[in-house]
Amino acid sequence: MAAARLILPPRVAAGDVVMVRLLIQHVMETGYRQDVNGRVIPRNVLRWVRCELGGAEVFSAEPSSGMSANPLLEFPVRVRASGEWRVTWEDDAGEKGELRQLMTVS
Amino acid sequence: MRRAEPSRRACLRALALATPLGLASASAQSQAQAQAARMLTLAEMTEPIVGSVPMRSQGIRLDLAQLADNGHVVPVRVVVDSPMTETDHVREIVLLSQRNPVTRIASFRLGPWSGRAEVATRIRLAGTQVVVALARLSTGEVRIAQAEVIVTESACLDMT
Repeated sequence: MAAARLILPPRVAAGDVVMVRLLIQHVMETGYRQDVNGRVIPRNVLRWVRCELGGAEVFSAEPSSGMSANPLLEFPVRVRASGEWRVTWEDDAGEKGELRQLMTVS
Repeated sequence: MRRAEPSRRACLRALALATPLGLASASAQSQAQAQAARMLTLAEMTEPIVGSVPMRSQGIRLDLAQLADNGHVVPVRVVVDSPMTETDHVREIVLLSQRNPVTRIASFRLGPWSGRAEVATRIRLAGTQVVVALARLSTGEVRIAQAEVIVTESACLDMT
């Protein structure tokens, strides 16, 4: 199960545009590497990452093997009110992940 | 001395078994190398994404270090000048590589709720090349930024 972390600014005021950083723990296996026996290690990268705030989608990404392992995504969002972040993702192996985090607006 | 004999035979047998596998993987690798070593032209990179629409190179910035020591982790940031209103905003930002086996590195979806048109991430680069950022606006406009980056340690295969 891949782990993830959502990094928000320490203080968020309503109406602010804040940069949100999302770090997902994932190998992002390219499918071009071989193991010690010369067998190709199958590709396993994140297919999609979706970020919702208060039930509305605010950002999404479609990575490929060109994204580094443990992808870091930084994106802006205009904050209107306190709400819950919900980040979901799925990889080539069909493994899904979810992260929920509350954000309070001062 | 006699005891060394079987072990050498076993060694040779193991080698004989391993050779076809080794050859196959070597040919696959050289094929991948040939593919990756080919530098794409700008049109070859952008056409599968946006077609042959005219692109503006103003109002977009691609921040990328000129020299990347480690091709596995190259920080990159794209900033687009946009008011990000309901009628005029950036819908999508796409990162393209000239040399990677997979041209489209990633695409990101933004909207008026973003407040600002900016995205940053870390990418892999298979050698020295030009990285392209495309921004698709809600008005139908397409913006393009390019940056050349020298990669000392390539990601993927060691073909550079």
